[in-house]
Amino acid sequence: MSFVNLAFLVPLFPLIGSIINGFFGLKIGKDRVSWVACAGPVLSFVVTLILLVSIFFHPEGTPYPEQSLFTWISAGDFVVDFGLQIDPLSLVMMMVVTGVGSIIHIYSIGYMYKEYSYYRYFAYLNLFLFSMLLLVMGNNFLVMFIGWEGVGLCSYFLIGYYFEKKSACDAGVKAFIVNRIGDFAFLLAIFGIFKMFGTLDFSTVMAAAPTTLIYDSEAATLITLALFIGATGKSAQIPLYTWLPDAMEGPTPVSALIHAATMVTAGVYMVVRCSALFNMAPLTMMIIALVGGGTALFAATIGTCQYDIKRVLAYSTISQIGYMFLACGVGAYTAAIFHLVTHAFFKACLFLGAGSIIHGMNNEQDIRKMGGLKDHFPITYVTFVISTIAIAGIFPFSGFFSKDEILYHALMDGNVIYWGMGISGAFITAFYMFRLVFMTFHGPSHVDPQVHPHESPMAMTLPLIILAFLALIGGLLGIPLFHGWHLLHNFLAPVLAFDLETALHASERMLAEHGHHTSFAEVLHQAQRTSHNIWLEITLMLFSIGVALAGIATAWFFYIKKPELPGKLSKGQWGFDLVQNKYYIDELIDEALVKPIVKGSDLLWRQADARGVDGVVNGVAQTISLFSKIARSFQSGFVRNYAMFMVVGFIILLILI
Amino acid sequence: MVPLTHYLILSATLFSIGVLGVLVRRNAIVVFMCIEIMLNAVNITLIAFDRYLNQHDGQIFSFMVICVAGAEVSVGLAIVIALFRNKPTVNLDELNLMKW
Amino acid sequence: MELLIFYPLALVSVGLALGVVLNKNPIGSAVCLIGMMLGLAAVFVLLQAHFLAILQILIYAGAIMVLFMFVIMLLNLRDDDKIWKVRERNIWLSSLTGAMMVGVLYKIIDIIAGAEFNAPAKVPDEFGTVEMVGTALFTDFVLPFEVASILLLAAMVGSVVLAKSKVD
Repeated sequence: MSFVNLAFLVPLFPLIGSIINGFFGLKIGKDRVSWVACAGPVLSFVVTLILLVSIFFHPEGTPYPEQSLFTWISAGDFVVDFGLQIDPLSLVMMMVVTGVGSIIHIYSIGYMYKEYSYYRYFAYLNLFLFSMLLLVMGNNFLVMFIGWEGVGLCSYFLIGYYFEKKSACDAGVKAFIVNRIGDFAFLLAIFGIFKMFGTLDFSTVMAAAPTTLIYDSEAATLITLALFIGATGKSAQIPLYTWLPDAMEGPTPVSALIHAATMVTAGVYMVVRCSALFNMAPLTMMIIALVGGGTALFAATIGTCQYDIKRVLAYSTISQIGYMFLACGVGAYTAAIFHLVTHAFFKACLFLGAGSIIHGMNNEQDIRKMGGLKDHFPITYVTFVISTIAIAGIFPFSGFFSKDEILYHALMDGNVIYWGMGISGAFITAFYMFRLVFMTFHGPSHVDPQVHPHESPMAMTLPLIILAFLALIGGLLGIPLFHGWHLLHNFLAPVLAFDLETALHASERMLAEHGHHTSFAEVLHQAQRTSHNIWLEITLMLFSIGVALAGIATAWFFYIKKPELPGKLSKGQWGFDLVQNKYYIDELIDEALVKPIVKGSDLLWRQADARGVDGVVNGVAQTISLFSKIARSFQSGFVRNYAMFMVVGFIILLILI
Repeated sequence: MVPLTHYLILSATLFSIGVLGVLVRRNAIVVFMCIEIMLNAVNITLIAFDRYLNQHDGQIFSFMVICVAGAEVSVGLAIVIALFRNKPTVNLDELNLMKW
Repeated sequence: MELLIFYPLALVSVGLALGVVLNKNPIGSAVCLIGMMLGLAAVFVLLQAHFLAILQILIYAGAIMVLFMFVIMLLNLRDDDKIWKVRERNIWLSSLTGAMMVGVLYKIIDIIAGAEFNAPAKVPDEFGTVEMVGTALFTDFVLPFEVASILLLAAMVGSVVLAKSKVD
């Protein structure tokens, strides 16, 4: 496989673009900056396509190629190569990252053109792509962690892009700090994995997982739980989701790329990548499914009461990633990746559409000041509606296929509670997304008379059309019902292959060596019992389409038929206040965590640091300066004095010996 | 025959005179001369021990001392000339800027 | 017999050394130093170090002292040390030096007196000749010899750089 040797080019192109734009961006002018910035992801996309084609010729049953660039760390037994991995899973992610990344780069040319520090924006964006590609391509945990930290850093840069605005800076800091909590857990998990396996290579760890870890043991649960906490930080799940809505302070294309399509899905990718570990920890799987389903439902309810167009989309993102984790939690990794891909398409399209509106409305983001915009933004309107139907899950748009696969697996491999959370989330999703469409594009206009809405330039509408097209047909990747037609499933199968029977037998053996005789026959029986049921699946599909249509109808009733009704209904309702204020979670965290920490830090600063540490340091310095004052008098600059001191020293030496 | 002690006492005396000169003279060039006296005093010791131990190492040593002395004098006097250009004096008590 | 030669030589050398220190005129000091060098060359001959004696005269009395003279003349330092006179500080410094000398002498006698150094070793006739020193220099000590040549080269370059007038 000689093509694999091209792999290093994929992250290299954006890095080069970032370096050129970062260092020379101001000198070379905006047009050249755009060329350089877009060349990076587009070239990477081309290389990724080549790799994708080459992987189809990969002989079955052999390990997937890895490219080791150099030995990064070598300390005793601990050897880490800086290696890249090309397998179906990383290729799917690379396709999404470079493909959607290229589209959003092109869109950004139009959206950001009036900015002064245009080059800075593109330098960060390219750097982000580089980090993200490292994250998905790394062949071991440490390279992935570098990418993981890199995307967090770039996210911080880009959220705080409008650094003159205090709220943007605060949002950037918040995102960074909340992410750190997750990163810390991820790091702990890496330590644990090294302790258990003695290596950090994905292929080795995943191959060894079934025979090294004991099924449902503390070690497996702790490691996977730490990994999952890392994923919740990056992917904005309960309880670490609060940073994502605030992250909407960044430029809209950034929200589309980082906070919808790619970075926030890194957690899902990581869980799928480590699926072999998670399969060994049923308790963690249950927690993932509950957190995922809970987030899907919880974020969706908040989404119903937001008025900022981007915040609605942000909560919708949180909710959709919740679905992905729900899928992971029931072991339907393919469904998670499938939803990740389709979500990348339609959510990027929605964000870019929102950006197009904001651009055409002179930075107005409040949907109460919009309405009736569909005549002013024809292209944006059509693409936005297509994506909204996709996210609501109406046949035959892409979201329908991926969401129904998740719901089907939630019921079949999980239980009715998971399914219930998912289906009610789907209802609310359909409701609030169409609420957004109706309030923005339909009904009477509430536009400020001084604002003249206008459609965006080609550079912005073309990406919208491409993404809307993808959102329309993306579902073809995984056609349900017919066996063998699920392309993505067939493609990913070798990576996700996991032999539960062998793993359980190995665990039984290991436990027996320690004198515990446990039988996992029940677990195995449970796992083998579930089978594909076409009629159930069709029933579920029809049901969920019905639910989605009901959600749309509700939205239509509230916001088109009787627009005065929501205001009447919500007046004085404590439940409404609760939801509108996002369940007061931010305030709660502020009171319970942030304020005590600030107070404690203040105390430490004034007492321990200012008095204790500084006192010692200053004392040392003062003592030294006292002694040096004495010593200084010896160094008079008179040569003869120095000679005299030498003679005195010589005499003392004579006396001593 | 002259006992070794005599040579050593001569050496010590000359060395002390050199030290005295370095300490009490202010003229940089004279200070250099006194350093030469000290080096020569050391040479006497080296050669005397050489003779009394029947070796050649000491002579080689004093050869090296003479080399170093030559180098030192040439560089030292060059420094004196450079200094003199900046400030027309060779009085060491006026050249005290090299401190702290 | 040798003592009769040694004592006058030693006395003259010490006297000339004192002359270097006490002379108010730098040129006088330099002349005294030349005398002292010649005296010491004679002492070296007495120690059968003929080659070193020749070197002493050639390099010290010849080259180095010419350099001294040259610089003194160049800088025209005739009357520079007029203010030199015996002062309290100088007395203190002298007594310091005296103390040092006493200490050194005490140590010498303390160490040497017991040892059997009073009778010099029987040495071959060719001891101290150019041949013997040269053989030692170019066999056992060839590396230090080469290093010394590098040192001299560096000193040469250094003194040229230091003493030349400012370029800009």
